[in-house]
Amino acid sequence: MSNETYRIAVLGDQDSVLGFQALGLDVYPAETVEEARPILHRLARENTAIVYLTEALASGMEAEIARYKDALTPAIILIPGKSGSLGIGMANVKKSVERAVGADIL
Amino acid sequence: MPAVHVNPTRQELTRLKNRLRTSVRGHKLLKDKRDELMKQFLEVVRENRALRAKVEAALMQAHGSFTVASALMSTEMLQQSLLYPKQSVELTMSFQNVMSVNVPKYHFKTRDAQPGDVYPYGFAATSGALDDAVDALSGVFQDMLRLAEMEKTSQLLAEEIEKTRRRVNALEYVKIPQMEEAIKYISMKLDENERSATIRLMKVKDMLLKEAIEDRRAEDARAARAFGASGEAPQEV
Repeated sequence: MSNETYRIAVLGDQDSVLGFQALGLDVYPAETVEEARPILHRLARENTAIVYLTEALASGMEAEIARYKDALTPAIILIPGKSGSLGIGMANVKKSVERAVGADIL
Repeated sequence: MPAVHVNPTRQELTRLKNRLRTSVRGHKLLKDKRDELMKQFLEVVRENRALRAKVEAALMQAHGSFTVASALMSTEMLQQSLLYPKQSVELTMSFQNVMSVNVPKYHFKTRDAQPGDVYPYGFAATSGALDDAVDALSGVFQDMLRLAEMEKTSQLLAEEIEKTRRRVNALEYVKIPQMEEAIKYISMKLDENERSATIRLMKVKDMLLKEAIEDRRAEDARAARAFGASGEAPQEV
């Protein structure tokens, strides 16, 4: 398992993800949630270890993200898009604390 | 009455006592597991928060440079510049076992990685802001990978903690009291049966005694009557 190589994907609107192409990541531009949804599912089936997803898209894909939350792969990590941070990523960290502890203690 | 119906038998009592012993032991173990998981989780989550703040700030900066670059260059030019990346990233994954939770560990290798040479384009036709943006992104990439690892770990740990917490509570507040109540019910019932059996024996004994006494009396009376009728002294037998 450890010898297998995985891919890292970046999913978001064109302007936000373009730069990651220079780093050699797999870039999947998607302008709307409807476009992003099938791409996310396809990435999950193929061996993608990490999906960086812009917060703007993530706000419309709660159900899809929750589905992969307890799975080992892919890790869906929210990143701010070009329009700025929406605070969803931080809110998710908070939410996982609440889930584990029962209250936000941090 | 216990909440669940149990047969008040000795066999059932033994079975329940064994189950109670196992449950108490399991409860203690799960509680320890929960505490240890919680400790690990809080460490991970603290780092996660710090890392996320850092990554978000760095990404915003990179996006800012990109916006400047895209203002100075045409969209086509920009896309074309970044179309063919110079380096590529290979990611391998191993797993680390934290209290029976498998959490991923990412190891990545960049192919053709020469530090400071990530720009996949010539400098003549591109804006300097693009260099800044790519530079910022490659700087933050290391942290992004670490963030992915941390965030996934915290999610997986959170799930496991939730599960363990439910189990601990179910044992502590439902299963164990239920069993204790059932055990109490059975032992009371058995004691009660024992007492009633003793009483029954005593009663039977009384009845038998009474019968025997009456028999004896009847015999005596018959003998006295026989003696009175003959008018003689009773013969020695």
